[in-house]
Amino acid sequence: MPTHTFKLNGKQISVEAEDGVRLLWVLRDLLGVTGPKYGCALEVCKSCTSHINGKAFNPCSVQVKDIEPSDEVTTIEGLPATVGKDLHPMQEAWLKYDVAQCGYCQPGQIMAAVAKVKQARAEGRDITDADLDELRNICRCGTYSRIREAVKAGAEDMGA
Amino acid sequence: MTERSEKPAGGRGLLGRRKVLGYLIAAPTLAVGVSWVANESGSRSADAAVPSLPQPPDIFDLGDLQNLAAAPTSGLITVELKTDGTAHFAVPRCEVGQGITTAFAMMVAEELDLPMNKVEITLADARPELLMNQLTGGSNSMRSMYLPVRTAAALARQRLVETAAEHWAVDAGRLTTRKGVVSGPSGRTATYGSLAKAAAALTTVTFSAELKDPSEFKVLGQPRNRVDGHDIVTGRKEFAMDLQVPGAKPTMVARPPTINGTLRSINNLAALRALPGITDVVGITHGVAIRGETFGQCIDAIQKVDATWGPGTVDDESDATVLAKLRAAQLPMAVPPVLAQTIDAEFVFAFASNSPLEPDCAIADVRPDGAEIWSCLKVPIVAQEDIAKQLGLPVDAVQVHVVQGGGSFGRHLFHDVAAEAAEISQKMGKAVKLSWSRTDNFRQGRTHPMCTSRVRVNYLAGNVLSYEQRHTSVQTDFGHGLGEMITAFAADLPVGGNLSFAETIFALTQSSPYDFGVTTQLLNEIPLKFNTGSMRNIYSPNVVCAEELVVDQLAKKMGQDPVRFRQNFLKDQRLLAVLNKAAEVGHWGKAMPKGTAQGIAVHSEYRAAVATLVEIDCRPETVNRPVEGEAVTGPRVTKAVIAVDPGFCINPRGLEAQMIGGLQDAIALALTSSLHIKNGIPLEGSWDNYFYTREWNTPLDVQVVIMPNTGDSPSGAGELSVAPAFAAVACAYARATGTLPKYFPINHGTLSFEPLPVQPSTPQSPTDGLDHTF
Repeated sequence: MPTHTFKLNGKQISVEAEDGVRLLWVLRDLLGVTGPKYGCALEVCKSCTSHINGKAFNPCSVQVKDIEPSDEVTTIEGLPATVGKDLHPMQEAWLKYDVAQCGYCQPGQIMAAVAKVKQARAEGRDITDADLDELRNICRCGTYSRIREAVKAGAEDMGA
Repeated sequence: MTERSEKPAGGRGLLGRRKVLGYLIAAPTLAVGVSWVANESGSRSADAAVPSLPQPPDIFDLGDLQNLAAAPTSGLITVELKTDGTAHFAVPRCEVGQGITTAFAMMVAEELDLPMNKVEITLADARPELLMNQLTGGSNSMRSMYLPVRTAAALARQRLVETAAEHWAVDAGRLTTRKGVVSGPSGRTATYGSLAKAAAALTTVTFSAELKDPSEFKVLGQPRNRVDGHDIVTGRKEFAMDLQVPGAKPTMVARPPTINGTLRSINNLAALRALPGITDVVGITHGVAIRGETFGQCIDAIQKVDATWGPGTVDDESDATVLAKLRAAQLPMAVPPVLAQTIDAEFVFAFASNSPLEPDCAIADVRPDGAEIWSCLKVPIVAQEDIAKQLGLPVDAVQVHVVQGGGSFGRHLFHDVAAEAAEISQKMGKAVKLSWSRTDNFRQGRTHPMCTSRVRVNYLAGNVLSYEQRHTSVQTDFGHGLGEMITAFAADLPVGGNLSFAETIFALTQSSPYDFGVTTQLLNEIPLKFNTGSMRNIYSPNVVCAEELVVDQLAKKMGQDPVRFRQNFLKDQRLLAVLNKAAEVGHWGKAMPKGTAQGIAVHSEYRAAVATLVEIDCRPETVNRPVEGEAVTGPRVTKAVIAVDPGFCINPRGLEAQMIGGLQDAIALALTSSLHIKNGIPLEGSWDNYFYTREWNTPLDVQVVIMPNTGDSPSGAGELSVAPAFAAVACAYARATGTLPKYFPINHGTLSFEPLPVQPSTPQSPTDGLDHTF
């Protein structure tokens, strides 16, 4: 079985897996990293949203063979370390606004929110309601109102 | 976001403290048990217009039935105190996002004078001895357990105080408790942890304590964040699929092309077993079970399954055939129409999915002499009984662990996935971690059935003489234990007679809030074998939507403003108060551009009262707003105001969350989300087909107003806000467009997506994820 290597949450790791296995299952079933959730494996619900080289992506729809050794994959578990803290400002905002209900979508929501804010910043502007309307992550508990408040607050605390 | 009105002055003070009884249970450290349950069911008064006789829920509702059923066995609810000073309570309920673990922690913290972070709430395994006091549903957890849980905590506190008093040889009345520490005269203190062993009872004895008066509350009634918030935002909260049970490898099922189809034969078994990463393949009742190293490889194998399938249970049914059967089964109206002063309307509600975001998942480890199950189960006792029977094992040989759920909305009242996992594990002789796929969840999972609601009102000279509603539905499956509860307590029900379980549930939950003269609301069901079940708020969203749309029509015919009309005809003062509050905060009647409008609706259930006001934008530029990718836009609810009277509010933050969630469900049910049945199966297979509310559909302005407490008992909350919000959105749509919507959701007539093929039953995952980074 082929061996794949990439950087996961700050550490270079190696894992044996068939080439075509989607990264989500490599993370969850083989590496025991369960923060990214399975909601559809169709690149639709976005509950597995994680980061690759700092950008949001859905590991349910990437074959492990397409991950390069130099790629940096960050799941919710590795998010605080990207800012050198116990919690990322977006996670703090999620707690402050008591966003979660069941919590199943929230790791993906937080990872998507961080990327969305960074995307707006890269375009030299603050996040807007129009940006938030573009987030496709499903929250079946319907916490959208608090998600929107928390993303805006988290964006402020993320700094420039 | 929440406006919280001041509590009214008063309360019973120390003299109003309520004496409660329980047991000290023989245990190594302090353990108390509660044998006492009661709940105050406030009476309701009605006086106005043409009086209607009280309908059953006014006197006795579903929650009362559940409380009654829970009463004899609540004695087994226990709180334990450990030597590290933490209190432990294994709650015989299931947390699925509704926030009960937080609320229970608040109750224990309050009565025990312990910081919240020293209260550990876990979910109890199936406990058959609890009989029907282990059912999470009907928005009943707070109502049935508010007093028993507080009682247990109060008993524990009292015992700790008495233990310290004995040690210090002082009068217990001179001791105080705060933050997990008992304090006595001359600065003496003892932590709860240090007293936990000494306070333990050697034999089980009865014991009494006093509950705090609400005026003394420091925790209950204050906004508190979720106790599991940190675990959630760090990805540490564990759902069934996250559990690591030795040997329980990923397992999925290839399924037939129609609902409840059966497996006749697997035509390529050897080839499937030889696929990479696959460990086991077996035929089961409704499919081909595949176990492998990763779920991804199970999905790969599903693509390769060559099987012969037997028919399902509704192969010849599509939306139109079901609707025709419903119409043929509608019960007749009793009051003849009065010429020119009658409104007669029929509303149709499409099938809807109660699937949460977390796909149904269960771990099963079945051995010859016993079995262990892990799953999110709201009625674990029934799951345990059924699975034991299915496996041919004694009930006590099946251990059922209740896992927190990634949502429920009614889905986890049933244990379909746990039973299937047990079937597979038994056939494979190995432990399995079974997940249904997203497509399984929509196509084979349970649904809120299609129904029609016909309403006829007769009115004359400013009065409404009769209100008749005939609700006709594909049968809703209540086979999860509520049935046993009703059987056990049938003699005590005021509805009586020969009603079916469904009719009883309908009668116990539905009640018109208006003085509309002769009022009847009846249910008829047709026995089509779809997979159905309760969905958040069961019948109410449809029944109330139909009623409130007709109320708006009546107001129009009588030349009255919708709010004014409701003020005139509402029977209940609490409903009147929330109506007025929502109208005031939402600026009812303000000028709005053409194509936009307000809508308002009220609802009373679970001993609570809610009014919801929304604003909707139906202008073409909004309806046709572009969203990238597969999506529906349509009218947008731009603002919502929800005024809620919860009786006694335990946690304003949690209550607000439930109001917001119910609102989003309602927006989806009114505007966008439904299942299209075609040739025996729903066409929907993904969240981009089943259009639950997304960010681009959600209102930007949501306000929840929690009214001052109107009593000492909490109402139900989890399902409370769905019905009035659904009705308000429908009413707003009718006013904005000038057309009365009669088929819900309003976009059901247009199929807004390309259906996934029905075979293979679970589609292959995409591979282009790196092309869509942002």
